[in-house]
Amino acid sequence: MPGPDARAAPPAVKRSHGGLWFLFAMILLYVLVALLDPAFARKGLASFFNMGVSLLPALLLVMLFLVLLNLSDGMQKRMAAATGKDSGAKGWWLAVVGGILSHGPVYAWYPLLGELKTRGMRPALLATFLYARSIKLPWLPVMVYYFGLHYTVVFTLYMLAFSLLNGWLTERLMLLGSSGNSNGGEGSARESGR
Amino acid sequence: MAMFTAAALKRSTRKSFTSLWQLLPVLLAVLLLASLIVPLIPVLIHKGILGQGNLLDSISAAVVGSLATGQPIVSYLLAGELQKAGIGLIAVTAFIGAWVTVGVIPMPAEAMVLGWRFAAIRNAVSFILSIALAWLTVVTLHAWT
Repeated sequence: MPGPDARAAPPAVKRSHGGLWFLFAMILLYVLVALLDPAFARKGLASFFNMGVSLLPALLLVMLFLVLLNLSDGMQKRMAAATGKDSGAKGWWLAVVGGILSHGPVYAWYPLLGELKTRGMRPALLATFLYARSIKLPWLPVMVYYFGLHYTVVFTLYMLAFSLLNGWLTERLMLLGSSGNSNGGEGSARESGR
Repeated sequence: MAMFTAAALKRSTRKSFTSLWQLLPVLLAVLLLASLIVPLIPVLIHKGILGQGNLLDSISAAVVGSLATGQPIVSYLLAGELQKAGIGLIAVTAFIGAWVTVGVIPMPAEAMVLGWRFAAIRNAVSFILSIALAWLTVVTLHAWT
């Protein structure tokens, strides 16, 4: 029932022109805004370049991770096993800690997450990683300054717990709609595992 | 331990570069969109969207936070200013929670790599949890202090 191999099932990065069309639409939108309000468009462009520059170091870091991941078949298997359907508590722990320690804008991490997804990373762990990214240890002093230590501790602990809840719920809801055909998530794990 | 040859390194670098290259148009488009929307967030807040009671405020704040993107520190600063302006702590917390966990603007990029279904469900769950997070945080805080 579960199909030949769960890891071969979901193609993560689709080869489509959707991205180019999206970019084209955004350029058109900018042109439109520039015609209506040139000053706002100019400000937006400046902010676009700033965001792009701040994204570069994170992209380089991700490029390094991707190269390492693609370099060794053994490493690919280890990463896939550590975050795959049978990863258990270790996988959850890795997703939370990885999310907290990850730096830079989220866009930079998508290629790496896409690679891991094709190799069988659970949707629950992907979602947990993305949620846990919002716990940014270096920024916490600013939160303490504005809202106090008690607030920061309570908020951060709830974020930690909710990162797991978010992952679990996301995977359960994904399975709800596709209960018939396992889509590479926990469904196949439950059917084939143990 | 497997030895990494120069050929393997070259192959791996090319494959990794291709992955990033394919995502580049979406990244650029999302950054363009973000640079247009982010300056509107403070304007939306000052238009009086907030100030309608805890429940409505927490939902409105979460909606505004979901539309925003950027470093979490920006949300702390904005939220701090909002609180100074008299907005309740629940709404302010929902704003921060949604800002850092929900990503409407990055969603096309997320969907392209991880699937629309995953992106939509994950963001919807994060949105609901941002409101729950706000209420739980404030209730716990009041019980603690």
